[in-house]
Amino acid sequence: MRRRSRYFATAVAVIGAVTLTACSGGSSDTVGGDTGSGDGTGGTINLFAYAVPKPGFGKIIPAFEATDAGKNVKIQDSYGASGDQSRKVKDGAEADVVNFSVEPDITRLVDAGLVDANWNADANKGIPFGSVVTIVVRQGNPKNIQTWDDLLKPGVEVVTPNPFSSGSAKWNLLAPYADKSEGGKNPQAGLDYLSQLVGNHVNVQPKSGREATETFLQGTGDVLLSYENEALFAERNGDPVEHVTPATTFKIENPVAVVKISKNLTKATAFKDFLFTKDGQKLWAEAGFRPVDPEVAKEFAADFPAPAKLWTIADLGGWKQVDNELFSKDTGSIAKIYDAATK
Amino acid sequence: MNVTTRARILMRTAALGYLFILVLLPIALIVWRTFEHGIIAFFDSISTPAAISALNLSLLIVAIVVPLNVIFGVVTAIALVRGRFPGRGLIQGIVDLPFAVSPIVVGVSLILLWGVNGWFGGIENLGFKVIFGLPGMVLATIFVTLPFVVREVEPVLHEIGDDQEQAAATLGASKWQTFWRITLPAIRWGLTYGVVLTVARSLGEFGAVIMVSSGFPGVSQTLTLLVHARYIDDHNTFGAYSAATLLMGIAVIVLLLMTLLDRKRETSQ
Amino acid sequence: MTTTDAAVPRVGSALPAPGSGVPLKPPKARWLRITGTVGPLGIAVAVLWLSIIVLLPLAALTVASFDDGLSGFWDAVTAPVALASLRVTIFVSLVVAVINVVMGTLIAWILVRDEFPGKRIVNALIDLPFALPTIVASIVLLSLYGPESPIDIQLNATQPGLIVALAFVTLPFVVRSVQPVLIEADREVEEAAASLGADNWTTFRTIVLPALAPSVLSGAGLAFARAIGEYGSVVLIGGNIPRKTQMAPQYIQQQIEIDRPVNAAAVSVALLLISFATLLVLRLVAERSLRKQEQAP
Repeated sequence: MRRRSRYFATAVAVIGAVTLTACSGGSSDTVGGDTGSGDGTGGTINLFAYAVPKPGFGKIIPAFEATDAGKNVKIQDSYGASGDQSRKVKDGAEADVVNFSVEPDITRLVDAGLVDANWNADANKGIPFGSVVTIVVRQGNPKNIQTWDDLLKPGVEVVTPNPFSSGSAKWNLLAPYADKSEGGKNPQAGLDYLSQLVGNHVNVQPKSGREATETFLQGTGDVLLSYENEALFAERNGDPVEHVTPATTFKIENPVAVVKISKNLTKATAFKDFLFTKDGQKLWAEAGFRPVDPEVAKEFAADFPAPAKLWTIADLGGWKQVDNELFSKDTGSIAKIYDAATK
Repeated sequence: MNVTTRARILMRTAALGYLFILVLLPIALIVWRTFEHGIIAFFDSISTPAAISALNLSLLIVAIVVPLNVIFGVVTAIALVRGRFPGRGLIQGIVDLPFAVSPIVVGVSLILLWGVNGWFGGIENLGFKVIFGLPGMVLATIFVTLPFVVREVEPVLHEIGDDQEQAAATLGASKWQTFWRITLPAIRWGLTYGVVLTVARSLGEFGAVIMVSSGFPGVSQTLTLLVHARYIDDHNTFGAYSAATLLMGIAVIVLLLMTLLDRKRETSQ
Repeated sequence: MTTTDAAVPRVGSALPAPGSGVPLKPPKARWLRITGTVGPLGIAVAVLWLSIIVLLPLAALTVASFDDGLSGFWDAVTAPVALASLRVTIFVSLVVAVINVVMGTLIAWILVRDEFPGKRIVNALIDLPFALPTIVASIVLLSLYGPESPIDIQLNATQPGLIVALAFVTLPFVVRSVQPVLIEADREVEEAAASLGADNWTTFRTIVLPALAPSVLSGAGLAFARAIGEYGSVVLIGGNIPRKTQMAPQYIQQQIEIDRPVNAAAVSVALLLISFATLLVLRLVAERSLRKQEQAP
């Protein structure tokens, strides 16, 4: 009896001791990394972002914490597939600032009453940075992929994420669609191309842009469709890939918004505004994202070559129309192609 | 059956070979890949702030789940074995239910019950976050570990019979005294085995927790979520391997405890 | 009262002798018989606990799955990709169950009937997949059979990859189910058959196999039920390709992620029904074999 309670007491003590060593916990996952300079006395901001801007925020967050507005603010960041992140915030995950890949993921939050309807009423339309759709190939471009048509060459396997959870996937599909349909004037031509692409050349369905990159780097596929910033990230990381931006491609614009029920509205707004400042824009450009500030853009023009023809979402009628016509589950044209193709 | 030596060797090779390529080889590879950069690299990788937070969170969840499961599990086991009430078979079936439910389905059910649009969604207004908060992860873990203590204690209760308890009662022992002095000592090894299984399962839970966690590194990532995040989100294969090896080490310790306790149980019967 | 000392009354002297001055307490004993040591409060607590933790979430799931009515439920479950995921799940799990029947019985056999160095370690190793977190199993198998495989076997994003992962996590079920039966098996019958001239195969087929059959089936059924709900171990190695390697749990998760909770709930309920059906069949078979054993001379 006494021995048993001694074992029991020991067990409880051990568990208690270990849980109480909640010292040195933190959010940084780099070896020897510090726990982030923000100690939280100025408040905590939860950032929910889509899958790929982590390298960018890796530079932005420390810079923001160095400013007056960001002093002692602790920023917790979470990354994932744009649609999934948006759904989580809608379902109650505590967020203060959101940065998604495509506008509909913000609209979902507007409809849920979490984001102000005038989030994009400013001069920059709520978009602090963007990119272009690019084709990533293995080093040396062994299959000599240069254009959208080259993707349809027999035996070429294309990696692109699932458009129902990933924002990246939608941009990836809109680029060749816009090219073939001449900006939506001839939708059938665009859809025919996508039928062939998705039906014959897409075999895997990674959840997000980051997962697609991961799958490609692990050896699946010949070609990865992705953001230019993701391609730059992989190349700068030393991965054996290179990217080819076709002459006609699509302009990616990634929106950011503040959640209006945030417990830290001033700091959250300050953080969002920081993304648009000259310093913030420079950091985005350094991380491989195309800045929206014209001066900064000029400064980094060498990194971001201008494609011959850059289609935008406005050319196709805006996100509401595009989402409705093309991506709506069961009824959207591209949605139907995807469903039929994965047979 | 007198099996010829040749057949015996054949069967042995087949069985051991199967185990080798299915279990031993992959585990050996991971261990090798984890430690091929030296043991310092391994320790650095599992002592990053995020990893320590993940370990703390996993242990915190265990520290909450185990006592709850012990208390309610023992109560349920006793009620099922000693009690005679209508619906006993149904309750027994419900106890076994978690074994039949996929972890993803557990996550979905909890979201539908406790999420903002769920039946108990109103609890958010009290400032209490269940889904995307610690309570959600605890509830998910309790769901999947519920049967263990009950199923380990029940057979012991069956075996020892209630004669002693009856006798104690008629001599005037209170329910509490009967429980503490007669029942509890008798079930202690079964209970401990159940606790070990519960700890192992709690530390290893993944599918249910990933659905109800907000996934913030350092805040709401358990060790299993850390392994997943390192592999998928961070492109940090080595980090994933080291965290996985850490979890494997814990699993081996659990295995040892299970083997020891098994022997203890057999000798005490 | 006097029961504060260590002496525990022995069976047979339960009732105090009449006239000894120790009061009889029949009402308490009767309560004990109905409700056990815990009393009606204990039963209520147990029921409440089970309800909150297990029943209510599953009830919410079932109700939500019918949010769009019966037709909505049916459409969600029979959507081509949903059906495909259920088909892949059942197919792969059946294959794994069969593999387990063969290899599991074999492993149990050598653990019970054979002697070799390291047998104790092998025996303990069988429980490892049970103690190992599923995501660790996934990473472990992916490192050997995935893109960075040192032996150049790439099974990721294929059905064989799924089968390997599921075989790993379901390893203990048949083995641990068959072992106790083998240990208890009466060798005399086998020896009698052998002395009557039956060869090994006949003995195995007519005596050993029927004796093992219920436990093999039970273990296989548990393995099947576990495999169809498996998520953590297949999430990395499976590739999640709809209609080819996407299993039902992954489909359900995808539905949640694209904000279709009703679809997720519906397919979840379908998956649960398959589990229940499996376990019910197992229970019936077990009861039937128990009855047969009792009837046997």
